[in-house]
Amino acid sequence: MKTFFSELFKKANSGFWPIFITLGLLIAGTISVYQNPRSLSAFLTLMLCPLLVYFMKINMKVKVFIGLLLIVVILPVLGIRNIFYLEVIFQMAVFAALALGLNIVIGMAGLLDLGYVAFYAVGAYTWAIFGSKQLSLLHSIPGAAPAGAEFALSPNYFWLFLFLGVGLAALAGILLGLPVLRLRGDYLAIVTLGFGEVIRVLALNLDKPINLTNGPQGITPIQRPPLPPEFILAPIRSLLTPIVGHVPTDAEFYNVFFYFLALIVIMIAILVATRLEDSRIGRAWTAIREDETAAIAMGIPLVKMKLAAFAAGASFAGGMGVLYAANRTFVSPETFSFLQSIGVLTMVILGGLGSIPGVIFGASAVVILNIQVLQNFSLYLSELRQSDAVIPIINFAWKDLSNQLDPAKYQKLVFGIILVVMMIFRPSGLIPAERRKRELVEDKE
Amino acid sequence: MKQFTSNPFYKFIIFPIGQILVFALGASLVLSLFTVLLAYIFRSAMTEFDLVERVLLILPQVVINGLTIGFVYSTIALGYTMVYGVLEFINFSHSEIFMVGGIVGVELMAYFDHTGALQTMNQYVIIALAILLGMVISGSLAVTVERVAYKPLRGAPRLVPLISAIGMSFFLQDAVRLILSLTTGEFNVILPNFGTFDEFLILAVPGIATPLRFQIKSILLVGVTVLMLVGLNYLVNGTKIGKAIRAVAQDRPSASLMGINVNMIISITFLIGGALGGAAGVLFALKATKLDPFVGFFPGLKAFTAAVLGGIGNLTGALLGGLILGLLESFSASYLSTFTNGAFGAEYKDIFAFAVLILVLILRPSGLLGQTVGQKA
Repeated sequence: MKTFFSELFKKANSGFWPIFITLGLLIAGTISVYQNPRSLSAFLTLMLCPLLVYFMKINMKVKVFIGLLLIVVILPVLGIRNIFYLEVIFQMAVFAALALGLNIVIGMAGLLDLGYVAFYAVGAYTWAIFGSKQLSLLHSIPGAAPAGAEFALSPNYFWLFLFLGVGLAALAGILLGLPVLRLRGDYLAIVTLGFGEVIRVLALNLDKPINLTNGPQGITPIQRPPLPPEFILAPIRSLLTPIVGHVPTDAEFYNVFFYFLALIVIMIAILVATRLEDSRIGRAWTAIREDETAAIAMGIPLVKMKLAAFAAGASFAGGMGVLYAANRTFVSPETFSFLQSIGVLTMVILGGLGSIPGVIFGASAVVILNIQVLQNFSLYLSELRQSDAVIPIINFAWKDLSNQLDPAKYQKLVFGIILVVMMIFRPSGLIPAERRKRELVEDKE
Repeated sequence: MKQFTSNPFYKFIIFPIGQILVFALGASLVLSLFTVLLAYIFRSAMTEFDLVERVLLILPQVVINGLTIGFVYSTIALGYTMVYGVLEFINFSHSEIFMVGGIVGVELMAYFDHTGALQTMNQYVIIALAILLGMVISGSLAVTVERVAYKPLRGAPRLVPLISAIGMSFFLQDAVRLILSLTTGEFNVILPNFGTFDEFLILAVPGIATPLRFQIKSILLVGVTVLMLVGLNYLVNGTKIGKAIRAVAQDRPSASLMGINVNMIISITFLIGGALGGAAGVLFALKATKLDPFVGFFPGLKAFTAAVLGGIGNLTGALLGGLILGLLESFSASYLSTFTNGAFGAEYKDIFAFAVLILVLILRPSGLLGQTVGQKA
């Protein structure tokens, strides 16, 4: 059975077949999503395309072309047609960037960071405080905003703060790293976990003595950077109107805009990560990951290299945090819980520690699982609950099912199962890193 | 002297109780003195009221609260430290073992409430039954978790079992929530009201203006934990199983060569640690009166901090660390707002635990009572 499939895959992956299959799936997926914007299976079909593009043996240029076509043209257009997809792909992009950042810390340097979301929070709150009316509310009671509060900065400052967020998060990474990076791996995990909680508690409670974070209510509204000027938008709008079936609104343009921004961050993240991987620093990280003592003996400056990994990972989260705050126009401490840190960790573990395509795949898979599969399952259950259906043998009426049972709220269960199962059966992830693959092959010989 | 220490009565009963007393009194005294000293220093900064007087007014109550919660932390910390001693890995899901114990205990009492036995039976018998059930369920759960999620990973790189343990912790939280909401439709469990545990024992001490008030459940809590600590001390230092545990902790391959069944001993360690965690959970439930499946996170984290503070792998250290951490939490919760004039309040008490953890790890990574051994890679 297994050989049959591998033979089949080999046959499909030679000659002209890969292009046919990939393009066929791309077209079929696009049409089916276009026809049924609400269908989950149609969306999943379309999301299989990037995987095929990655695995099939196709000319590199064609690969890049198909990938760009999908990411830059098809997804945004379909997204404007059904705004929910835009949300899904935006979240995928955000978490892929976060996972890429965490991958540098865990996958490359082997430092387990359980409070990664803290750096994300640093970025988000940086823009949230300066990009909202919060600065003029510092001495008012949270919730009782006086009239006439002004935005402190013009929205154009967003671009500056994108870089400031990156810098501040990196700085936070270094400040946290300095005292704790001398510790052994498992202690480091707990300390970073504590740091994540400290940041969350601070965000929750710094509404007094001065109202910096507005406490549990969070900060809103936060300004967004201005859209490109109308003479660029107008032709796009008239071009898209017949395709998507309605005149695209500014809100939809904003979503596409942020999606592209997130894509740019991911591109930078991928570029940095790939360039780092085979650089002096990247090799130093690998050495540290594999054997610290040997790495020291080889003359690698341990603390400096670890700090670099921490700062590099944190900076991606910081940039993404600024982007997130602007996109949502709202931040609250709940977004930066321990659950989110473990969520990003799950993405990295699922895809493959140290593997860039793996991590992006892991982020996409977990996001789809979270906000599509589980949601659909929840809807299905609530439909069952309203129907008169009964489970036959044990004679259990669906009506009696507890309202508390909402699969969309059982993320922890899903993350937990993924983590344990991956660790036991496939610790190198679904798409293992090249280096690990090579190591595994060497082991077999 | 030799005769004195080899007498089992002294060695396993008097000595450990004395040790606990010394630790509890010493830690309380040091922290109290430090706080009063701080109050003296900042006395002139506060004009509306006398800081020292205000600090002294609630001091006895703060110490009592701190010791009560400190004993709970100690009991949980023992589970962390024992597993760390034997396997050298942080059993992240121990906080969930603790939570399961608490919920099982409360559910048993709720069941007694339902059948009406709660009002007729002796209240101490009910508590004892709840603790026993919590210990059995938590202990067996800990062993099961070890078999499923950790045993296949023995010998893997350090981070692998740790990630598996984090996954197990998340899984257990939501699994308990799932079971609770499927069976009762509600995932909060609330302790039924019974017996005289909420009443206070009032002790007027000459020389102190306000009489000391001991809540009966606090006394019960301290009593039971001390009993368990003494029992554990006997088990680890006085029996053959304890000797085997210590041997495995010291050198696993050699222990296995000496004919010790290492897997068995590891399971027993998890069983003991889990049972202690379960009992702590029931006692914690008595104090908290309301539990949900996520209640274990913070106590678990603090107990781990306590274990590190005392020197991880060291049982006495875990006891001392737990007491110190409980006191510290109680002091920061009560006095932070007094000292900062209301600017910062009790909500920052959780941060204190982490601050302590980071400070300990920087200044003395081997903990207060840990031996200064070289770091194993």
